[in-house]
This record gives sequence, C-alpha cells and structure tokens, in this order.
Amino acid sequence: MCLAVPGRIESIEDENAVVNIEGNRVNAMLALIPEASVGDWVLVHAGLAVTLMSEAEALETLDLMREKYAVEDE
Amino acid sequence: MQSKTSDIFSREIAACRELAAGLPRRVTIMEVCGTHTVAICRSGLRNLLPKEIRLVSGPGCPVCVSTQGYIDACIELAGRSGATLATYGDMLRVPGTKKSLAESRAEGGRVLVVYSALEAVAYAAAHPGEQIVFVAVGFETTAPATALALRDARARGLSNFSALFSHKRIIPAMKALIAAPDLSIDAFLCPGHVSVIIGPEKYAEIAATGRPCVVAGFEGADVARAVRMILEGIASGRAQVENEYTRAVKPGGNPAALKLFDEVFDIVDEDWRGIGTIPESGFAPASDFKCFDAREVHGVKIISAPEPAACRCGEVVRGAIDPEHCALFAKACTPAHPVGPCMVSREGSCSAHYKYARQVAS
Repeated sequence: MCLAVPGRIESIEDENAVVNIEGNRVNAMLALIPEASVGDWVLVHAGLAVTLMSEAEALETLDLMREKYAVEDE
Repeated sequence: MQSKTSDIFSREIAACRELAAGLPRRVTIMEVCGTHTVAICRSGLRNLLPKEIRLVSGPGCPVCVSTQGYIDACIELAGRSGATLATYGDMLRVPGTKKSLAESRAEGGRVLVVYSALEAVAYAAAHPGEQIVFVAVGFETTAPATALALRDARARGLSNFSALFSHKRIIPAMKALIAAPDLSIDAFLCPGHVSVIIGPEKYAEIAATGRPCVVAGFEGADVARAVRMILEGIASGRAQVENEYTRAVKPGGNPAALKLFDEVFDIVDEDWRGIGTIPESGFAPASDFKCFDAREVHGVKIISAPEPAACRCGEVVRGAIDPEHCALFAKACTPAHPVGPCMVSREGSCSAHYKYARQVAS
C-alpha cells in the first residue's frame, strides 16, 4: 500500500500536476510540496506527490525498480 | 549478466556474513513495512543471510492489522441501501466474519475501488445522490491523502462523503512490540515511505531503548545495505537512527504533511489485529472534521469479532510466529482461498512467504 514511484512534472495547474512516470501521464496533487515546479522530479504515492527528488535520486530509484519488474515479468 | 544492483546486493550480503560471524548472539531484526516484507521475500535475503540473523515481519501491512470488527463494519456499510464504499483494492478480498467485500459486491453491495482518497471525494461530488464512505486505512504514508480528502470535501461543502477511519501510526506500535515480553527485537528496519512523511528523527525514542533503527528503501540492495548498517551498529555497541533511503527520506520529513495531520486529525488510541489497543497509535478526524467521520455520520459501530477459526494472522502481524508455523499455511489457507488477511494482501507476510519460495526463518 505504501508503494511510490518517481516521475517528472510536466505541467502544473493550481495544486495539481501532470507527472510523467515512465511515459505514463498521471495526475498528482502538489499540496505536500508546494515549492515544486515544472521539470522537477517527485515521488508519487496514491495521487499525491510526497517529496522532491534530484534527477540522480529519481533515476537510481527507477533503475532499481526496472530491475525488479524485469525479474517479476520473467 | 551481473547488474550493478545485484553487485551491490551480493557485496552487502558478504559484509553481513562477516559482521554476523563476530556477533555474540543471534539477533532479531524486525521490518514494520509490508513493502519491505515483499522485498525481503522476493530477493531471497532471508536465506542468504547467516543463521545468526533472524529477519521477522512486524505489523507493516495495513490490511492485515485492521481488526476483524473493522472489516465487518466495512462490509456492513457496503450492503446499506444508498451507500457506496470506496476502498483501496487491497481490502476487497479480506475475509470478514461472514463474507468479504468482493463477495458483498457480487451480492449487489456497492463497492468502488479507488487509487486515492481524493478520487473518492471527486466521485462523491459527481454523485450527490449516493453516500460515499471511504475506507481510511494505512500508515502515515497514506494518511496525508485522507487528510487532503477531508479538507477537499469541506471546501466543496459535501454532505455525502465520509471516511471510516482505521489509520495507524507506526511508532506507538513499535513501542508496544518492544514492551511485549514474548518478543525480543534487537533492531528495526524502518519503513521508507512512512519516513518520507514523518522524518527519520522520530525513531530516536526507539533507538534510545538500545535498538538500532535504519530507514530503508524498497529494493533488495536497499534492505541488504540497511541490515549491514544495523549489524555494524550492534557490533560497535551503538544504537542510533540511520537513513539508508536518502534518495527519498529527508531530515524532518514532509513539513506540509505533518502540519496537515495537526490540522485535520486527532491522535487516538487504535485497535490492531493481534495486538489489541495501542495508546495514541491512530488518527481520527479532528473536531472541525467530525462531519466526515463515518462512525458519527452513519452510526457505524465497530463490534469486536473473533479471528477466523485456527487462523494465526494475529500472531503473524506481531512477529510472534512466522507464517510457516501456522497449521493452515499453504494447506487450508492459500492466496486462491485465503483464510486470514495476511494471505490476502500482496504485502501480507503469509502471501509474500507463499509466493516467494516459502522460506522458513527457524
């Protein structure tokens, strides 16, 4: 239930952002990180961006996750 | 091809083996996050670590720690005329005393699966003729979405949205387990995404009892590294809070989320399956938000109900036994025909042990 995935903010309208997660566009609310801006990497959980990440942190997390799902898919 | 990640994983395991050889006695490390339980089982970590290190799963699966009485109350609500229960998908197949939510839905009960509490509020706004009750379960990771949902419902002036609270706070549960005479926990793997919200500093009171606390990420390499950090702490006789998951967990946690908790929630005593009532271990709507509390709005009573016969999920969630020690495990209780919640939820210990090679930590 506590899964969260990194993605990059593509656009922002009020408190709501469109976040690109591995090519999928999802809506995420920015109420917890009001300082976020377009181009930032964020960690998304249950429709909510919960923290900012650096690009390196986000890419490292995605790398680890990709490896996991590659194994899962086998 | 050997990847970079599996290199890290192997290196950390080797370091753990070396450190374990110098330990004066066997150590028990508890993880209190269902996603860690899955990572440990999937990576095979339990079998790769030497026998001096016992990894045991604690109450980290929100579905599993919800009481039978709470599950029954959700099912009862779904069957009420005019009511729609909005829930995370994990809750659907958990057996209540008579049936599950999925069975209730098959019989005509209205159950809506949502990805977020905010989605449930949007649905309520679009369907003014229905009473929407959101199943508010989960730890501090999930609780901010519920807090925002209540705030959103108030801003929209909704009178057809409420939430049936069973939100849990992890640190009071850790304290309760430390105090349990039959468990001897030497260290904790602390949950990554709960810590994104609350901040790693909050575990200081646990570490002060002499138990190292390491916040970990969710991949096998993360967990192996966190175990190594714990063993280093034990070997050098220090118990402190450390953060392995620096990619996401920042000092102080998320200040906006913590402020939201203060604004929208009261801290209350909360019932846990297998553990009982733990003081200050839950959230409930604060007085300004009581109009969204399903217990008040719909007069819901949580009536305590016995566990399914012979089911030992209560002992599994507190780490008193491993899933394999339950007589039903992989026999009468399987993911296709689960008897208790730990076999239903993907994050439940029984489900994770069943799926990933049934590893026994004896």
